[in-house]
Amino acid sequence: MKSNYLLIYFLLLSTFGFSQNYDIGGQVKESGSQLPLPGVNVQIKNATTGTSTDLDGNFVLKNVPSGTTVVFSYIGFSTFEYVVSDNNLNLTVTLKEDTKSLDEVVVIGFGSQKKKEVTGAVSVIDSKMIEQIKPVKADQALQGTVSGVIVTGGTGAPNSGFDIKIRGVGSNEVNRPVAIIDGYQGSLSDLNPSDIESITVLKDAQAGIYGVIGANGIIIVTTKLGRKNTKPRITYNGYTGFQEASRKLSVLDATEYALLSNESYANGGQPLPFPNVSALGKGTDWQDELFRKGAPLISHDFSISGGSDKITYAVSASDLYQEGTIGNADKSRFKRNTAKIALGFDVNDKLKFNTNLIYTYFNSRGFNDNGLGSVLFNAVNAPATYSTRDANGDFTLLPSGGLGIEIINPLAQLANTYNDGGYTKLNGTFGFDYEAIKGLTLTSRIGFNTGNGFGKSFAKQLDYGPGKVFNVTRSRVDQNKTVNNDYSFDLFLTYKKTLAENHNFSVTLGNTIFKEWGSGLFSTGYDVPNNSWQFADVSLALGFNSRDVGSYNFDERRLSYFGRLLYDYKGKYLVSAMYRRDASTKFGPNNTVAYFPSMTAGWVISKEDFFGENNIVNFLKLRGSYGSLGNDQIGNNRFASLLSGEATYVFDGSLVSGTAVGVLPNPDLVWEKAKKLDIGLDINLYKDKFKIVADYYNDLREDLLIGFVPSSGIGGGSAPGSGNPTINAGSTRNTGFEFAINYTEQATDNFKIDLNYNITTINNEVTEVKNLNRFIEGGSFGVGQPASSRMEVGQELGYYYGFQTDGIFQNQAEIDAHPSQAAAGAVASPGDLRFKDTNGDGIINLDDRTNLGNPIPEMIMGFNLNLTYKGIDFAAYTYASIGNEIVRNYERVLPDVNRLSYVLDRWTGEGTSNSVPRVTTAATTNNLLSSYFVEDGSYFRIQNVQLGYTFNPDFTKKAGISKLRLYGAVNNLYTFTKYRGYDPAAVSSAPIGGGIDNGTYPSARTYMIGVNLNF
Amino acid sequence: MKKYSITLMLLCTLLFACSDDFTKRAPEYSIDSETYFNSENDYNQALIGAYDLLQSSYINVLLGEIASDNTDSGGESANDVIGFQQVDEMTHGPQNADIRNLWNYMFAGVNRCNYIMEFKDKTDFPNKNQVLGETRFLRAYYNFELVKWFGPIPVNGDKRFSTTDVTSVPRLPVEEVYAAIEADLLFAVDNLSPIAAQQGRVTKGAAQALLGKIYLYQNKFTQSAATFESLITAGAYSLVSDYSTIFENAGENGAESVFEVQYTDAEGAGFGCFQCSEGNVAVGFSGVRNYSGPLFDSGFSFNVPRQEVVDAFEPGDKRKAVAILDIEAWAQQTGATYGIGYKHTGYFNKKYIPRQGDLNTGDQNLTNPNNYRSIRYADVLLMAAEAYNRGGLDDNKAKDYLNQVRRRAFGDNDHDITASGAGLTELIWKERRVELVGEGHRFFDLVRTGQAALEIDGFTANKNEIFPVPFEEIQFSSGNWQQNPGY
Repeated sequence: MKSNYLLIYFLLLSTFGFSQNYDIGGQVKESGSQLPLPGVNVQIKNATTGTSTDLDGNFVLKNVPSGTTVVFSYIGFSTFEYVVSDNNLNLTVTLKEDTKSLDEVVVIGFGSQKKKEVTGAVSVIDSKMIEQIKPVKADQALQGTVSGVIVTGGTGAPNSGFDIKIRGVGSNEVNRPVAIIDGYQGSLSDLNPSDIESITVLKDAQAGIYGVIGANGIIIVTTKLGRKNTKPRITYNGYTGFQEASRKLSVLDATEYALLSNESYANGGQPLPFPNVSALGKGTDWQDELFRKGAPLISHDFSISGGSDKITYAVSASDLYQEGTIGNADKSRFKRNTAKIALGFDVNDKLKFNTNLIYTYFNSRGFNDNGLGSVLFNAVNAPATYSTRDANGDFTLLPSGGLGIEIINPLAQLANTYNDGGYTKLNGTFGFDYEAIKGLTLTSRIGFNTGNGFGKSFAKQLDYGPGKVFNVTRSRVDQNKTVNNDYSFDLFLTYKKTLAENHNFSVTLGNTIFKEWGSGLFSTGYDVPNNSWQFADVSLALGFNSRDVGSYNFDERRLSYFGRLLYDYKGKYLVSAMYRRDASTKFGPNNTVAYFPSMTAGWVISKEDFFGENNIVNFLKLRGSYGSLGNDQIGNNRFASLLSGEATYVFDGSLVSGTAVGVLPNPDLVWEKAKKLDIGLDINLYKDKFKIVADYYNDLREDLLIGFVPSSGIGGGSAPGSGNPTINAGSTRNTGFEFAINYTEQATDNFKIDLNYNITTINNEVTEVKNLNRFIEGGSFGVGQPASSRMEVGQELGYYYGFQTDGIFQNQAEIDAHPSQAAAGAVASPGDLRFKDTNGDGIINLDDRTNLGNPIPEMIMGFNLNLTYKGIDFAAYTYASIGNEIVRNYERVLPDVNRLSYVLDRWTGEGTSNSVPRVTTAATTNNLLSSYFVEDGSYFRIQNVQLGYTFNPDFTKKAGISKLRLYGAVNNLYTFTKYRGYDPAAVSSAPIGGGIDNGTYPSARTYMIGVNLNF
Repeated sequence: MKKYSITLMLLCTLLFACSDDFTKRAPEYSIDSETYFNSENDYNQALIGAYDLLQSSYINVLLGEIASDNTDSGGESANDVIGFQQVDEMTHGPQNADIRNLWNYMFAGVNRCNYIMEFKDKTDFPNKNQVLGETRFLRAYYNFELVKWFGPIPVNGDKRFSTTDVTSVPRLPVEEVYAAIEADLLFAVDNLSPIAAQQGRVTKGAAQALLGKIYLYQNKFTQSAATFESLITAGAYSLVSDYSTIFENAGENGAESVFEVQYTDAEGAGFGCFQCSEGNVAVGFSGVRNYSGPLFDSGFSFNVPRQEVVDAFEPGDKRKAVAILDIEAWAQQTGATYGIGYKHTGYFNKKYIPRQGDLNTGDQNLTNPNNYRSIRYADVLLMAAEAYNRGGLDDNKAKDYLNQVRRRAFGDNDHDITASGAGLTELIWKERRVELVGEGHRFFDLVRTGQAALEIDGFTANKNEIFPVPFEEIQFSSGNWQQNPGY
């Protein structure tokens, strides 16, 4: 939330005089640096007379009538008003920039608007907030800081990404909002967070000017620029963090495991596997063996910015290095270097050029960290009775038998993981503004991203034990190179005009051309020399029949025309209308072109005369918006029938390849349409001390683009390399309320408090699924079980579909009295889960499955606190997600796997438990997806807490340092949750199949110390 | 105002310099499927695509065997691949993912054939009838699988189905489906070369064998016998003297192989796309659970032979040791270890379980290279025998063909059959079971000969002869199709 805050600080030396008109003059300075501010407007209020400060910040105004108010204004600074009562040529006016004023300007795409005149639902976070949160990826800065934005993901893996959704889950394809960086389409998560000046989120029809890319909302990122007429400002920010896993699961130790195994085998009528348990002790704690403490996270960034009266510049560079809480730097790491240069150059008063270039380099390594057979999954399921290494010092091989073919020694798995990947990217923009006549500005700019990626992985020839699926019989190296390019070319005209004094118009008209293209080349080589990572390259992998290659290309384009009219009457009645026409290659010749109208309106009630002077409410605005936006984020060429299928057979004993139809086309595809309604209220109380923003939203998403829609098999969509078509086959509705309150108080000169609280409710419902039995399935649970999740009319998108449990059968009589569960897979025995006969047909079978919850939170909240006392500052950021369910899916169902400690409370006889079923090796229905596996995924997390101290500038200035701040911080300090798994926040949030926890790598808790230095 | 006009002009020029043509681009490096078939090579390339789906028929063999009284479902537990479990118990209903896979794979095969047939007149070249002959054989093969499993099926001539045809194209009665299949095979017999240009391609002999089989399935004994007879007298195929070599790697595409689905272990595969595997998925699924020992690799312990079929072998029948792996005896003999799966019988389908020494590329459970011997000459002889016998045409010939098979099985003439008439029929059927156990034929033999209800536990007459059309297809059809009776 960036807004300007006026703090006026002026020294006044006055001489008294007695004439009616006076002369005033003096100097205007910037408060922080005490440097003169040239170009400040010095205007007589409600008149056209005025002047501006010269290069030294000096001004003189003569013959000003007594009692006149003189207004000092400058972009980026707040206005200061001075009432003339005397001659005074030695005024010193100090303008201070701050971030808390309604005069702040908000970017709304192809232009900006004063915050108090914005009529859409728009939230902003500023660089200060990002600095405090210290995210590795900028996406995380949106978590809990703005209402309406749901941020999930972020596992313990370095470089792990986040999912961003605005106001619920609308689409079952891509829900991520498009990011616009300095005007061009870009990637928020690739940016160095320190380079970001502000992030603006357009949540409703305000994004209408973005047409076919606006349905998921728009995130507008503005990167840091230099400021005119400022001397070089040099900053260094650095921190060092130490990370540890935020949670460890409680599993059975060796003795507990052996006793439970004995019970399980006995219940299954099999001989005891551990006749003697006395010598087993605790055994191996696989998680302790894997997790390490003190994994480093180190960040440095450095910047210089400033400007003369014609040129601004900002140059920055950063280096970030992170290791994971599992594995050393060879196995798990992320490195990012960035460099940025921004230049502004005013050729003359009318023509202004700007450019902003960012270079980014990534390198990362990782391991199998999610799902069946992942390192952590194996650590949870490997019994504590096995040692990590055998007598020879080699990794212990786990047997297949009762441990199945996927569970292997996780330490061996990690040690034998070899990969490396990276990305080099250059993105930026060149543009100019030309003010042809007063009020009419032509803007043209081209923004681009160009990147090269590489990846390599090596599968060492090795044996994890008999029959294990991870055994590699022939060493293999996979390599790829990718190239991605795009540009956004904008050309638009903005005309601002005030008619009859009170009628303010601003018209924007223009077009955008977007094109993205690129290619990828993949290759695989076999028989790597010496079976070694050191030699793992396709150039050396010369084995027989050893090289496979593949490639892809893409070229997608969009051509858009847009227009926007902003009108207000006295800043009191505000209206805007937007219209956009898009032509996109995502849709075939039948439906290339789309039109998107939107409008917003606002009423600043506090400006009405009848409102009068109100001591409590100093600002009140009612606003509303409605519009149609689109989403074209689907795979390429889904409208065309291409020979991209797989046609491989064997003739003469060798593979031969031919041609076949790929994914079945749908020539009539159209874009998703979002119809967004928003009604909001902005209230400021007690002279802006309290600022409240409240919104009701109702987003209807129609013509959902559903990829690979289940379709009749006679069309051949099941052929290799083919797939069912993408069809506009559904609609969803998300409704809810957003409420945000900000409290800022400068309690004393030394003490300042800033509190933010926001809450968003989400009510999601699928309103239509065409063409099918009104549902689409997805997701998976366990092994070989039916799909876990559904999209079905009348239910939440991606709800879990399984059996509802009704306690545990305590005795045979209860079983006899209940419908038979045999059709669900096995005849029940006492101690087994009792499933509800939801359809009442007297038999328990798959038809009794029902809605067990869903992964979409009912509400999300953020509570953030900033306190400053003299040189000491304290900040805390928290986030809560409430009312989402998570499915526990990291326990492999096999006779000999280890178990979580809660199983100690199992049913062992009548009355012993009514929630945790008996253990047995016999066939049961206990492992089918049921409410037994569904847990409350609500959580409240303390995201960031930090304490800093800024040394007295008078003291540090002697060393040439204008600011020196030291701080200590903890990220991801603690999570309050009932959820049993590793990390309720890190679970996948795929629209259908999200919320299934496969043993997610828990996010790290990071202890950090850092320094901020300004020269 | 002058500057204003200049700017406006500039803007207008720039704005409209770019028309919608900008977004009219052809997909890069892609071939439009509707402008293809411009050369002989194009046809040959598309034909490979039509062959590809043969590999997906692993599910037909695996599920067909499980459906019969030869094997039990097996697997890890009662919930492991529920579709298999249900078919084993004859409790399967329209919602069965595995039956649906079979439906989808076979129709994908039909559509790939019809992709070629739809454009068959576009470009001419000398070898075209060979290409079309192979195509029509494959279409017949897929349609025959479909009619065996589902009874009436939609047939769309030489046109591909679109996904929306489900609401308009009717399911043809079985007789009409067979008529279409016969027409395809007659064309194939007339146009295919007797010798495959490449190992794995369809031959005239294969077309004759499948045609004879299709006649037999319709009890058209005279036509069946005649078709088989011309195949047999042509002398292109013979019984391999040592039965035990047929199912090993070295025995692939041997003298006895009339038609064989080709698999390889040279390419990886994953569980997300069984139909993409170039290996025989059924083999890994049928392997010994968690096996560690000589000769074999481990698998998922599905499709386990029942005691009943083990007992069906007469004493002295050498085929028993080839067809059935008695894992307990084997473990005792070699020290091998193994896991106990669901419905463990102690037996495995030795013809099609993983062998050691394969490349084991990708997921070794999905990429076993064992070819499926779809039509063996022994099968041809037994079918010919059945046609001659049941058609009342020539019992001596029937006995001769039957005894050729038995002599190899026992290694002597002492086990020759002398019965005739209905007694001979029973013996031919009995012979089919033991000769062809594990090869996916038993269920359909029982159905076509009316014995299924007697032999298969849980089998409901007038229902289980065919499988249910997938629930989803009935939904998609919006009333165009009716579910098969009883489901």
